[in-house]
Amino acid sequence: MGSEGGQGRQETAAPAIELRGISKAFGPVQANRDISLAVARGTIHGIIGENGAGKSTLMSILYGFYRADSGEIFINGRRAEIHDSQDAIAAGIGMVFQHFKLVENFTVLENIILGAENGPLLRDSLADARRSLLTLAEEYELGVDPDARIEDLSVGHRQRVEILKALYRQADILILDEPTGVLTPSEADHLFRILRGLKEQGKTIILITHKLREIMDVTDTVSVMRRGEMLATVRTAETSPEDLAERMVGRKVLLQVDKRPASPGETVLKVENLKVVDEDGVARLKGVSFDLRAGEILGIAGVAGNGQSELLEVLGGYRPATGRITLNGHDLPLDGRLANGRARRAAGIAHVPEDRQSEGLVMEFAAWENIAFGYHHDPAYQKNALFMDNAAIQADTEGKMQRFDVRPPDPRLQAKSFSGGNQQKIVLAREIERNPDLLLVGQPTRGVDIGAIEFIHQRLIELRDAGKAILLVSVELEEIMSLADRIAVMFDGRIMGERLPADTDERDLGLLMAGVSNGANDGGEAA
Amino acid sequence: MDFLQFLLTLDSTIRLSVVLLLACLAGLFSERAGVVDIGLEGKMLISAFVAAAVAYESGSAWLGVLAGSAASVVFAMIHGVASIIYRGDQIISGVALNFLASGLTVVIGHAIYKKGGQTPTLTGDARFTEVKLPFADAVADVPVIGPIYSELISGHTPLVYVAFAIVPLVWWVLYRTRFGLRLRAVGENPASVDTAGVSVVAMRFRALIITGILCGMAGAYLSTAQSAFFGKEMTAGRGYIALAALIFANWRPVQAMGATLLFGLLEAISNLYPNIDVFGLFSIPVQFTQALPYILTVVILAGFIGRAVPPRSVGVPYVKER
Repeated sequence: MGSEGGQGRQETAAPAIELRGISKAFGPVQANRDISLAVARGTIHGIIGENGAGKSTLMSILYGFYRADSGEIFINGRRAEIHDSQDAIAAGIGMVFQHFKLVENFTVLENIILGAENGPLLRDSLADARRSLLTLAEEYELGVDPDARIEDLSVGHRQRVEILKALYRQADILILDEPTGVLTPSEADHLFRILRGLKEQGKTIILITHKLREIMDVTDTVSVMRRGEMLATVRTAETSPEDLAERMVGRKVLLQVDKRPASPGETVLKVENLKVVDEDGVARLKGVSFDLRAGEILGIAGVAGNGQSELLEVLGGYRPATGRITLNGHDLPLDGRLANGRARRAAGIAHVPEDRQSEGLVMEFAAWENIAFGYHHDPAYQKNALFMDNAAIQADTEGKMQRFDVRPPDPRLQAKSFSGGNQQKIVLAREIERNPDLLLVGQPTRGVDIGAIEFIHQRLIELRDAGKAILLVSVELEEIMSLADRIAVMFDGRIMGERLPADTDERDLGLLMAGVSNGANDGGEAA
Repeated sequence: MDFLQFLLTLDSTIRLSVVLLLACLAGLFSERAGVVDIGLEGKMLISAFVAAAVAYESGSAWLGVLAGSAASVVFAMIHGVASIIYRGDQIISGVALNFLASGLTVVIGHAIYKKGGQTPTLTGDARFTEVKLPFADAVADVPVIGPIYSELISGHTPLVYVAFAIVPLVWWVLYRTRFGLRLRAVGENPASVDTAGVSVVAMRFRALIITGILCGMAGAYLSTAQSAFFGKEMTAGRGYIALAALIFANWRPVQAMGATLLFGLLEAISNLYPNIDVFGLFSIPVQFTQALPYILTVVILAGFIGRAVPPRSVGVPYVKER
């Protein structure tokens, strides 16, 4: 098939990227099976599929990070041998990985020139990069301080550095792997503006995601992957989110959460004038008050970093605060020895933290050990005064894994070997099955695939319908809108206002999230 | 303490710091590239032995340094193969090399020289002698500056000057060159280097070669300049002290010089003033002053002084994520 090279004349018509029969196995797992794909020059192509469908593997092969077992790659109609990332870069391919490949204590400039220096000494490279950075920043809205250290930058800015890295290496083809997983809605919008700008300049963009809305918003064509196979490639204009979701999961998916109106009961949680000052002396919560009743989901919306995390930490018992918290009419200590996670759990508060990998789970530990964490004092888990009953914990874990459809349902597997959605299900199983009066949930579906999102949403609704109170913190407005019975928007450590989902829309909430209070409703709570 | 005595203390400090400084810079290269090197001790020891033996046999101290460095590089490569290619535990590999050096030097040394592991005393060109800098005698009588020049700056063996000249060189390589940028990146986040199309394995091996050479110079200095023979276990834990100094210096070259000079000073004090008299009330026993560098090592390693931020990926073998 290599004879294609003779048709060099037709280069403009040739697709920017063409994959033919790519297969790749990791041990017994066939990550990619005979995949063919063509992406036209100057378009944005989406690749959609659940976690583990093989999207990232396919793109890592294109970027030379892995080697395909078989198959061919053509760039602009010419057969390309891509053995490592150096080859891919030379072929004009740039990749923005889901987990950024940046050196955190380097400056932006240092990161950009790393591996693309134009000589043995850094001086010229740095000056050169500074110049191109300025032009690129202007051209594509990619503004970022060239001398800032990566560790001081927001996630959105770090991503821009990754894009700049690719552009500095003259990439014509840009692959982005789950680029919005870590972004706020406004950061995501900005990213899409950048991508459209790049497209206008004739760049070809491949966007890997499992978010349907993004696919519909920015792509020209879209391919669906499932279990290592490429199922279909269609024009975005000729498809619908429902259609794509069904192809992805292989069955019909409820995109709209199916729920009855809430029937709230007694007040479970009362928060009054909560204030937090962090280690650096910065006020993170500036007087937050709200009520949460049984059988109700209160959604806290807001751009990440406006105090939501601190609110969860205070309620979870691991950050001191001032103010007053009452649970079922009893005051909870906010400071000192009695304000801790164990006491909160004992009081009936369960917590699904925002970051499952650093707070929710110990990634190196087995699923059954993770199920025991926090509840390891449970008498059912003890053999006698000295030893824990590991067999009992494992049996308990097995049941929980089955009820929460964790796959594979093996309690002895390390947490890190589960996919994001299954990790989250483990955390949810641990917390929900304790039958708490109040469930704190932070970003329940961040980095979780669509099938699992549906499952998690249903479980939360079931818990609500069982008469429990749920405090839901999420930066996904869609999630808040579809799950919450009431929505409170946080900005700069305060609650800017409360809305009922039926009385509001994304624009209205967006304004509150940006700190614009339109005076109406109940914005006065923060004072 | 008069001025001259003060200068002599500093002079001794410089001599004693050299081994630590070279070893510390050696560790800096390895650890900045993400490879923990607890095997500095072993590399110095093997080099000290090989340097002494080769210098004795050939009559040239410089040949000794060369051979010692080569031996040390071989050890560094063993460490590299175990920890970079086979992703073994870097501590275990390093400790194993320390044991290997400790045994090998004595066994081979005794087999050849029949002196219980010691090599014959080096004489003439087989050992480094002190270099008198130009005008050292001429300015010796000038007050203050004269003695500083003739006593403190002049009159060291060549390796002393080499060691201190290497410090700015290391700084420059680390912060001003492409190699340095990649080296630092590979110790912080090897994936960033890999995705940039640069081989992580090659970078780490290059760093280990430099580590080997510097460690080799440190060991050779010990047996051909500071002493004039190789003695069993003559490194006496200096590899570990250098590692402590590296942490104290936060993995930075200029600070490494400061840290090793401090250790050198403590050693000089214990050598020159075994019994320090405190106001005629009591005297500090020699055992205490001799233990000072080691006590400081423990204090530093326990994290009592400042906050050390090691290279983020130090000790972690690089595996492409699945």
